[in-house]
Amino acid sequence: MKAFTKLDARMAPLTMANIDTDQIIPKQFLKTVEREGLGKGLFYDFRFDEQGVEKADFVLNRAEYKGAGVLVAGDNFGCGSSREHAPWALLDFGISCVISSSFADIFYNNCFQNGLLPVVLKPEEVQALMEEAKGGNHVVTVDLEAQTVVSPSGAAFSFQIDPQRKAKMLQGLDAIGETLTAAMDIDVYESKRALSEPWLERA
Amino acid sequence: MSGKTLYDKIWDAHVVAEQDGEAILYIDLHLIHEVTTPQAFAGLRAAGRPVRRPDRTLAVADHNVPTEGQALGVGAVADEEARLQLQTLERNVKEAGIEFFPMGDIRNGIVHVVGPEQGRTQPGMTIVCGDSHTSTHGAFGALAQGIGTSEVEHVLATQTLRQKKSKNLRVTVNGTPGPGVGAKDFALAIVGAIGTAGGTGSVIEYAGEAIRGLSMEGRMTLCNLAIEAGARAGLVAPDQTTFDYMMGRPATPKGAAWEMALAHWKTFFSDDDAVFDREVVLDAADIAPTVTWGTSPEDVVAVTGNVPAPESFATPDKRISAERALDYMGLTAGQPISEAKVDVVFIGSCTNSRIEDLRSAAAVAQHAFLNGRLVAPHVRAMVVPGSGLVKEQAEEEGLDAIFKAVGFDWREPGCSMCLGMNPDRLAPGERCASTSNRNFEGRQGRGGRTHLMSPAMAAAAAIAGHIVDVREMLK
Repeated sequence: MKAFTKLDARMAPLTMANIDTDQIIPKQFLKTVEREGLGKGLFYDFRFDEQGVEKADFVLNRAEYKGAGVLVAGDNFGCGSSREHAPWALLDFGISCVISSSFADIFYNNCFQNGLLPVVLKPEEVQALMEEAKGGNHVVTVDLEAQTVVSPSGAAFSFQIDPQRKAKMLQGLDAIGETLTAAMDIDVYESKRALSEPWLERA
Repeated sequence: MSGKTLYDKIWDAHVVAEQDGEAILYIDLHLIHEVTTPQAFAGLRAAGRPVRRPDRTLAVADHNVPTEGQALGVGAVADEEARLQLQTLERNVKEAGIEFFPMGDIRNGIVHVVGPEQGRTQPGMTIVCGDSHTSTHGAFGALAQGIGTSEVEHVLATQTLRQKKSKNLRVTVNGTPGPGVGAKDFALAIVGAIGTAGGTGSVIEYAGEAIRGLSMEGRMTLCNLAIEAGARAGLVAPDQTTFDYMMGRPATPKGAAWEMALAHWKTFFSDDDAVFDREVVLDAADIAPTVTWGTSPEDVVAVTGNVPAPESFATPDKRISAERALDYMGLTAGQPISEAKVDVVFIGSCTNSRIEDLRSAAAVAQHAFLNGRLVAPHVRAMVVPGSGLVKEQAEEEGLDAIFKAVGFDWREPGCSMCLGMNPDRLAPGERCASTSNRNFEGRQGRGGRTHLMSPAMAAAAAIAGHIVDVREMLK
């Protein structure tokens, strides 16, 4: 997993609430057996019309937001399907941080497996960032170590994050490797359960 | 000290260790399918890690299988990418020694239909699958959650999941429902009441007289939609209904082992003095047959009601969303929802494709047939059973004959039009009465307009050609 430390990037505002993972990456892109290359399908129905022509007015297609690394989005971002293709698509497109007033659980969790930082700010702070982004100021600084987002005009917002998740994100740590350090505990647990619930042991 | 909730009990019984404030939670059953696993197996291979417990893993092919011609085998799947994904699953499970019901096997079907049907889903278990509707298995009093592909890889490698505990939310439905009202209506009414983010960070336990009165199929429908209320898992405490459903299934214990298991399962309930972080109470008598009008599962209205006006919503966010939803759905504020003419009817999905769902839809179809009515001429209607075994049972009961006689297409099992990864999908602008779980923009096909409802309501819509109150139709 790629580490996330500090990011200076353009931010793009996506004002809608309840953006679901079907919107982030539609079904036709889920047939891949790879993690890479999903950026082409990101927000596909928002970015392209039925003929596959770019919609000029969609935020990520507009010149001033090209190359955006941060998305500022409405409430309950990432609801719906558990598809990890959603964070993969965002990352592949170049977005490594999403700021919203809340995230759906599975999406939030999936972000941390991939080095995509989900930042929760207060609704009025998200609103303020969106206003600045719409107003033509685009470059925002997201500092995970300091747990701050600094807006283009210099307003600083601090955010909360689970300390363990933060530490892993900063170092890009692999969760499986860490869990396997407890392999002995898993062995012991399994032998106990094999005795207490023997019907679960299949030949 | 106060007592424990059902969720607390399952959680406590599965904590292997704590690391950095996270629990390492043991997983009893891992269900896998073709769409969310290829990258996980590739990750294992790259790191040289084996699958720890192939015997605790079960694989099916469901998300992108076609719903006709399955006997021809995977080689005949026309969509090249889908075919590659199906073949990749086949190769991966063979290499790891994981039990697999391939496309065309009578035991194959939608992962959340197959697990319970085979008796692999049992009370008190922890169950995961790379699919958000894994919450379905909570109907058996199992802690069942959807996970992403990195977590699939983690479970394959370690048979555990790293997690922090969620909060306890109890939704109680008291009383007795009126005629024509069932689990799907409860589920939609609950999502409408608490919102799509209402259960975020929580596990929902469903309780109350009306829940106890539901069959296992109904409880699965209810728990299936827990995720649409934002909760990763839904739970119903096991009872005699649960045990009766499970008895004699291929993977349930037999003889003395059954008795031993039964005693264990009966310990999974919330103590009387257990404390919930939040409680929501509804009365079944207040719930009408319910449908969605918008593009979020929380956009619900009684079938007797009208499409709401955007101004009626409390926040600017919601007003904007409602306007956008009305525009997308091609509806006008204030119009009766029953005026909405449908082009397509889909009966199927992990929400509503079990035998009881098909029976309730077939009863409406049969009633229509006996009154000289068929599927409306402008409607394309299909029934997709949840598994090969559901299909076989329905055929033994003659349900397929009823459906076909009134003009429904009778298909082969799979996720089908619920998410349209296979060839079954809506054309732009088409309106669909669907028994599935998500009415998101484009979910069933780009530009497609989805109205969620129960199997009986969907069957009634097929006959009437528009959304209709099934109670009126059966009069």
